[in-house]
Amino acid sequence: MADALSAPTLRRPATALARRRKRMDRLIGLFAYASTAIGLFFLGWLLVTLIGRGAAAFDVTIFTKSTAPPGSGGGLLNAMVGTLIQTVLGTAIGAPIGLLVGTYLAEYARNSVLGNTVRFVSDILLSAPSILIGLFVYQLIVINTGGFSGWAGVVALAIIVIPVVVRTTEDMLRLIPDTLREAAIGLGSPKWVMIRFVCYRAAMQGIITGVLLAVARIAGETAPLLFTSLGNLNWSTDLNEAMPSLPITIYQYAASPYDDWIALAWVGALIITVAVLAINIVARYLIRTEPSRK
Amino acid sequence: MAMSNDSPSVAVAADPGSTRSFGGVAARSRATLNEPRISCRNLDFFYGDNQALKGITLDFPDRQVTGMIGPSGCGKSTLLRVLNRMYSLYPGQRATGEVILDGENILSDKVDLNFLRSRVGMVFQKPTPFPMTIYENISFGVKLHEKLGKREMDERVEWSLRRAAIWDEAKDRLHTNAMGLSGGQQQRLCIARTIAVKPEVILFDEPTSALDPISTLKIEELIDELKRDFTIVIVTHNMQQAARCADQVAFFFLGELIEVSPAAELFTRPKHPKTQEYITGRFS
Repeated sequence: MADALSAPTLRRPATALARRRKRMDRLIGLFAYASTAIGLFFLGWLLVTLIGRGAAAFDVTIFTKSTAPPGSGGGLLNAMVGTLIQTVLGTAIGAPIGLLVGTYLAEYARNSVLGNTVRFVSDILLSAPSILIGLFVYQLIVINTGGFSGWAGVVALAIIVIPVVVRTTEDMLRLIPDTLREAAIGLGSPKWVMIRFVCYRAAMQGIITGVLLAVARIAGETAPLLFTSLGNLNWSTDLNEAMPSLPITIYQYAASPYDDWIALAWVGALIITVAVLAINIVARYLIRTEPSRK
Repeated sequence: MAMSNDSPSVAVAADPGSTRSFGGVAARSRATLNEPRISCRNLDFFYGDNQALKGITLDFPDRQVTGMIGPSGCGKSTLLRVLNRMYSLYPGQRATGEVILDGENILSDKVDLNFLRSRVGMVFQKPTPFPMTIYENISFGVKLHEKLGKREMDERVEWSLRRAAIWDEAKDRLHTNAMGLSGGQQQRLCIARTIAVKPEVILFDEPTSALDPISTLKIEELIDELKRDFTIVIVTHNMQQAARCADQVAFFFLGELIEVSPAAELFTRPKHPKTQEYITGRFS
């Protein structure tokens, strides 16, 4: 010890234990890097294939023409418009419901039995297989109204949106410190004014992010639409009729024996991927800019 | 300010063996207290089954500053949160006894809590600006209770920012986000927001414990200036602050009110041995 004092050094003696720990440290590090590499490799492969095949068949007519029989040079316009309509309406119906349920959980029912039950059920719904939701809406709407329709697809997508928005809304509202709530209450504010003008404002970016993530999720959903809006080879914006959508079209075209349809399926997959990626980037940007404003 | 004009630094007289002055700061020498604005009578408070205040009887003199001191968990913040019924937000918390404000028992179920809180404002330990502009922070509270035209609202915003001594720093950025202000500025904004509603009483819950010394001094000067118009109750862990700001000081220990006296008396001639021990730092 006296030696250590006279000659201070940071180097520790290389005992057997220290060497073993160092080896273990390297090994764990190696595993971590290898796992990451494997994950990235497949993601990269998928993207390269998608961009290669999709871009090869890409043509402006995809945005100007509707789907057509094999060999007649169709596009994807009706499918894209159908997806846009159903996604927007599904979000417009599901997001407000999710927002209100999330508000109920965070502001009114923190430790109540009912609140905990609602939260539990919502979390189950969040992880429910989407084909189940499709079958449920099929039973509920398609059979009772006598046919596949855009509305049925919209309802199925809305049901998927609700639990996503519930979770993010509740999480974001819970991040707000109670002192901010007390400050509003302390000025004589009724609870709804506090929620509407203080809590929602403080949590706004997070809530919008949650809605965007829900949009990204439903934009690519296929299973819930199979039994509801079915798909439509023709141009249709009538929500009472079967309605085309991009994921369904990809599903049908990719399984077909026609080369031009398969090529179109690749383009459709590329378009959805790019759109979802864009939404995710916007959502991440919103999340990241949040702390700097606080 | 900080020091009252007519009294030099005094020693803790109750302990003849000690020559230490009280942090080098004189307590206010004025011993006359005004008529009470708020009176607590036999106030008990419970967090569930846990009694946090025991039979508190205490008057808060009109347009003077009452300082509440005592070790952590002694009940001083709890009492503050009774005075504007903040505790009513939380199920399981209840108060019994009487708290009289202008002849009315505010613990009664019939009290309109939103109206009560417009009369008894509160400033918190940490600055709590709302995520909106400086102007909107002020107008938020005013709009809850009054309908003002744009001109009147502009005037009210300027009046309250001036009273809170932050007008010069805020006037060129009224419509920018209040989060951009420094901690001390945010706390003065919160004070402005509270007085904009024109309450009768302002409760301060350790308002400077999150602030630097210069911001602390500004807040203390402000409190001294505000008591001309408002009855002020301040909870503080800082005894020098209580000595500088308060006209009357109440010492709490384990949920009981041990002693309440004019500030100069409590710090120089404490009647109770517990008070003596606490202000000389012999226990925490």
